[in-house]
Amino acid sequence: MSKGIWVVVEQAQGSIRKVSLELLSAGAKLAAEKGEELAAVILGSGIGNLAGEAGQYGADKVFVADDAKLADYSTGAYTSVLAKLINENEPNLVLFGNTAVGKDLAPRVAQRAGAGLASDCTAMAADDAAFVTFSRPLYAGKVNAKVASPAARPIMATIRPNSFPVVESPKTPEVVNVAVSVDAADLRAILKEVIMQASGRVPLTEATIIVSGGRGMKAPENFSILEDLADVLGAAVGASRAAVDSGLRDYEFQVGQTGKTVSPVLYIACGISGAIQHLAGMFSSQVIVAINKDPEANIFTVADYGIVGDLFEIVPLLTEECKKIKA
Amino acid sequence: MNIVVLVKQVFDTEAKIVLSSNTQISADGVTQIMNPYDENAVEAALQLKEAQGGEVIVVSMGSQKAVEALRTALAMGADRAVLVDDPALIETDEFTAAQVLAKAISTQNYDLILSGKVAIDGQSSQVPARIAEILGIPHANVVTKMEIKDGKAEVTREIDGGIEIIEMPLPAVVTAQKSLNDPRYPSVPGIMKAKKKELKTLSLADLGLSADEVASKMAVLEYSLPPARQAGRLVQGDPAQAASELASLLHSEAKVI
Repeated sequence: MSKGIWVVVEQAQGSIRKVSLELLSAGAKLAAEKGEELAAVILGSGIGNLAGEAGQYGADKVFVADDAKLADYSTGAYTSVLAKLINENEPNLVLFGNTAVGKDLAPRVAQRAGAGLASDCTAMAADDAAFVTFSRPLYAGKVNAKVASPAARPIMATIRPNSFPVVESPKTPEVVNVAVSVDAADLRAILKEVIMQASGRVPLTEATIIVSGGRGMKAPENFSILEDLADVLGAAVGASRAAVDSGLRDYEFQVGQTGKTVSPVLYIACGISGAIQHLAGMFSSQVIVAINKDPEANIFTVADYGIVGDLFEIVPLLTEECKKIKA
Repeated sequence: MNIVVLVKQVFDTEAKIVLSSNTQISADGVTQIMNPYDENAVEAALQLKEAQGGEVIVVSMGSQKAVEALRTALAMGADRAVLVDDPALIETDEFTAAQVLAKAISTQNYDLILSGKVAIDGQSSQVPARIAEILGIPHANVVTKMEIKDGKAEVTREIDGGIEIIEMPLPAVVTAQKSLNDPRYPSVPGIMKAKKKELKTLSLADLGLSADEVASKMAVLEYSLPPARQAGRLVQGDPAQAASELASLLHSEAKVI
């Protein structure tokens, strides 16, 4: 008998990552609708204190797999522990964040559990026949697919960050300590080194505000005016493919179909013409602002607010105005 | 060093999506290309072959359209190609694709399996890791640097907010990030040679699989196009007025700052 909705919780610097809080919040709502129990699953080392935090966001139960072997994420060890736990408890639904860890772990766990997996979902809804349906953007958002796992259980999904609001619904969860054992076959890959890049800026895919530059930025050093605006707004800085291909910005900052797909609350496009493949990657942003000197630029057809003009004049002025508002 | 590279034929990034019904995306008149990240995987395989010898086998699942992607890989320098094409595989999920491709790969002699980090159509990034699981070997995703020696792969991969370095025994599955290398263009002699290289098409029956045993877990209930965004308001005035007006609209009207 399958039972329960699970959220595989990620942590960073000793607290639960925002995307996991979003999943717990959305999971709590779905659990209430389906009359199911919501469980958080936390893997790591020295993480017992996170169970209470998971309870704040609606978890009825928290599985804690606390072991030195799980201190750093590794595909093998995490798959081993999680797949066994799923096998023993047979949840109906297992949710992951569509993060580096979620994207790496979920397919491997799904395959071991013989499950289907809906990747990079942006919405989910209770369903009488299929338990739950998901909406997932394909072709970087040019089309949406509504998908379901009609028969196979558990159902699994990875959910894009910023898809659901964080809502507190405090509970005192039952804590289940999981005995950790990792199959030798899952320990063949060895993690040799982790190097965190101390940029101090939020990752693009999790940012609530993104300031992005296109070919109109003209030179790499000109991105400093976007960084100044981003600093004031607590934003990430992105770039179009045209800017990346012209060597103005590194590939890791590229927004679009062959870069990152983002859906921030506010996307400020500066000197970006609005090619189809770029629009695909940022189309689902809540509010889009375009600053471009070409009034015919395609970006204006999707922008909620636009300024036709010289971004080198306007962006610094906008930074000053935002400072006043933030003060 | 025998390397299998998984490639997929996908819509070009500039393609607009048109639905022929609410359960079907139309491919009529759409330019198709090899999935861009798969080009990086092919390039990585060719560089390894050039350095260490061996064979590069490109494998795809899809309709006869996928022949173009396979021929492109052969023209870049891959040695031979395998296409799994079966009417039962027209609408499939990642579970099915992984079962079928893993079976096709298992008939080959391989030390390393490469693919792009994601296919830009379905964007699920599932199939390589699922194949690794089926074959019982390790995998590493989103790899930006790879060194193969002494039967091991040492790879650098992107994680959220940084990178990590992993060492895995071969055989293993590795998925390529764009920054892994700069894919070569097929040369004219390469294109001529590619026409004579082996391209084998296999059905499910050829692989000893039945449609039932690889049946999809997930189903698409419907496709829909995202609601069109309305062009909004152009903020007028000289730069200082416009900037001030925009900031106040974002604050008071849109309430996003």
